Amino acid sequence: MKWIAAILLAALLITLPFFAGDFYINLASQILIAAIFALSLNLLVGYGGMTSLGHASYLGVAAYISALLTSRYGWGHGAAALFSIAGTIVMAAFFGIIALRATGLGFLMITLALSQVLWGLAYRMSNLTNGDNGIAGLTRPMPFGISLDSAASFYWFDLIVASFAFLMMTIFVSSSFGSSLRGVRDQPRRMAALGFNPWMIRWITFIYAGFWGGIAGLLYVYYNKYIHPTSLSTTSSAEALLGVIAGGSGTPGGPVVGAALVLLLKNYASAYIERWNMLLGLVFLFIVLAMPTGIVPGLSKLWRRGSR
Amino acid sequence: MQFWIIQGLNSLSLGGLLFLLSSGFSLIFGLMRLANLTHGAFFMLGTYFGATTLRAYSGLNIWVTALGAGLAVAAIGGLFERLVLTRLKTNPLGQVLVTLGMSFIISDACLVLWGGDSIPVPTPQSLQAPTRLMGFVFPTYRLVLVGCAVVAAIALYFLIERTRLGAMIRAGVDDRQMARAVGIPVSRLFTIVFCLGAGIAGAGGVLGGPILSAYPGLDGDMLPLALIVVILGGIGSLLGAFVGSFIIGFIYTFGTALFPELAYIILFLPMIVVIAFRPQGLFGRAGA
Amino acid sequence: MTAPASDHALEVIGLKKSFGGLAVTQNVSLAIRPGERRLIIGPNGAGKTTLFNQISGDMRPNSGQIKLFGADVTSFAPYQRAHLGLSRTYQIITLFSGDTLEHNVTLGLLGLRPSRWQMWRPLSVYGDLATEARRTLDAVGLLHLADHPISDIAYGEKRRVELAMALAQKPRVLLLDEPLAGLSDTERSTVKSLIGSISRETAVIMIEHDMDTALDLAESVTLLNYGRVIVDGDRDSVISDERTREVYLGV
Repeated sequence: MKWIAAILLAALLITLPFFAGDFYINLASQILIAAIFALSLNLLVGYGGMTSLGHASYLGVAAYISALLTSRYGWGHGAAALFSIAGTIVMAAFFGIIALRATGLGFLMITLALSQVLWGLAYRMSNLTNGDNGIAGLTRPMPFGISLDSAASFYWFDLIVASFAFLMMTIFVSSSFGSSLRGVRDQPRRMAALGFNPWMIRWITFIYAGFWGGIAGLLYVYYNKYIHPTSLSTTSSAEALLGVIAGGSGTPGGPVVGAALVLLLKNYASAYIERWNMLLGLVFLFIVLAMPTGIVPGLSKLWRRGSR
Repeated sequence: MQFWIIQGLNSLSLGGLLFLLSSGFSLIFGLMRLANLTHGAFFMLGTYFGATTLRAYSGLNIWVTALGAGLAVAAIGGLFERLVLTRLKTNPLGQVLVTLGMSFIISDACLVLWGGDSIPVPTPQSLQAPTRLMGFVFPTYRLVLVGCAVVAAIALYFLIERTRLGAMIRAGVDDRQMARAVGIPVSRLFTIVFCLGAGIAGAGGVLGGPILSAYPGLDGDMLPLALIVVILGGIGSLLGAFVGSFIIGFIYTFGTALFPELAYIILFLPMIVVIAFRPQGLFGRAGA
Repeated sequence: MTAPASDHALEVIGLKKSFGGLAVTQNVSLAIRPGERRLIIGPNGAGKTTLFNQISGDMRPNSGQIKLFGADVTSFAPYQRAHLGLSRTYQIITLFSGDTLEHNVTLGLLGLRPSRWQMWRPLSVYGDLATEARRTLDAVGLLHLADHPISDIAYGEKRRVELAMALAQKPRVLLLDEPLAGLSDTERSTVKSLIGSISRETAVIMIEHDMDTALDLAESVTLLNYGRVIVDGDRDSVISDERTREVYLGV
């Protein structure tokens, strides 16, 4: 049963550009990017038990480095991408060392403070980042000489990267390292007594999550051809966190569903309602109060009950 | 020389404001183990409230306005605590998320009510004339702010250390289960502390108005400062919040004056140093 | 009868620990030989679990030394001590309640293996781990529940899983913190025979209140009170010692 659904979904995703208009193809591209980002955050939140409110830092840093290297210094996209990801990894390693001095709420507060500082830098260092104007007029890479400027071609590129990301993160979670991560989430003392190094496990996960956040960041800047400090902001981190929690953290599909929902809500709501932030806040309240484990676990419970 | 004196005074007044902001945050975190991400928004509400009333009624006393705003914000905080936070006693992560959600709601509401432009807040007339001290000229209001912070610190100290309420708060901070077991109404205490914290922030917002102005995004600017003060000073420690506020006040003011583009990094350095060598903050207890 | 220092499996030398003004461990010294069966007794609050916490590394002593097979581990983190052959169980059940019994034991096996760092292949490819885990469960009589989540099984069975996990790593020193607590009579005798059948390659140090059962398993006994070692020696002499009676009967 699951296999049929998976094959149908794959077929749908691959053939989408053939029957959908550009608007929907672009929407799908954005959902894929948000999904990668949400999945990377879920490694921390759902599987690692480390709630971060600063994950947008990695998306933003990768995006900004790529934007600056290509537009201002004339680098090619391949080298810029490598450098961006390298930079993101270094930053994640550094932030991780600081943030992991605490757990739980202390960790949350430090990730929030760190990402706010980064946002402040992006905003204030206008000589470098163009401040509030953002950096525009960017280009998309041309892998193997193929242009990604059309909606469909970018979408397929995005789909390939997203599929790879999904595969890698799923394997990660079911690997021995992933099992040890969940163990450290649930019983850190017991895990230490068994010979696992809880700090190292958390730190490596933090870096890995930052890595995929950076990949999402590259796709983001390629898609939008524009980057602005808002993408580094707490609101951006909060939207991702909402997606993860609304969809269901600790499940492989939950964050994807949640991210899609948040994106759709944002896109449609902004057409009809000006007050996106207020709506976001209210949705947060609603989800946390009414559906704390998330939509996907809630729905699958209903499904199981229904099929009895 | 004038530069250093002026910046020094600005640092002190910012420190004073930060204390009004972060003392509530520290109290709430210390007792309720809740990182109240709405705190910046509570402060901003006070600033907007002050902006409107002080501009409309130029003779209005700023102290009365601050008190009024404090009470209003305390009421909003109390409603939020009773209606939302108490339902999430078993979900500490959820509690933090709803405070975040609430901050979005409040900041957007402010945008609707007051628009997107920055609203300057008039300095009260009685405090507009500059003070002459030791041959230097100081803006009186900034001096007064420092005094406010000191008064607030002393008042809070007496409340926490010398009253029955304070004793109950301290018991709750030390051992919540035990406090409940000896009959302390912990849940009512939480509401009181949350209201108190929100109220101080709201009042602080009014008092900060003449210096900061009311503008959208003020909450986003203030909250990380409160976080850094509390991380630096130690969670649940009033002395830590006091000392931390002034340290950050100095670093931020001189940093922005001397190296404007790097101000955020300069802010962030003492926090890293403290976290690296003393994760519980300068005055916090280990394992808070 | 003093053996050379490096012959001891576990040595605790002059351990001191205070919390503020309260001294919970006062100059405690112990020497455990390889394969020995030592029982630690004492009234509530005597500091037995605190002593275990310092041996396992969950707590740092204020002064004193801890040596595992001659190596000074006083500043080592708990996971490092595990790699030197130390294993322990806890008073409170600390199993992974959402996971199956097999997964729990598998984690126990993984802790000392290099493959625990593997991120690119699913855990299920390690067939030998699964086999070993099931064998371990079989040894404690729980193979039939291998695929059940921990939350489904009885308290006594959970205790057995804990023991299985601790033994799966073939430790050289095993700390058992009240392994019989809260068990029914039948469960108690099952766990007792399990402890009795532990190989002589492992030194077993046990905290227990149920002395009727535990004394049968012990060769030597240490009596603690107020964080101090009161009596220390072979089982029979400690039992008949006056000071033991004093501590328990206040006579």
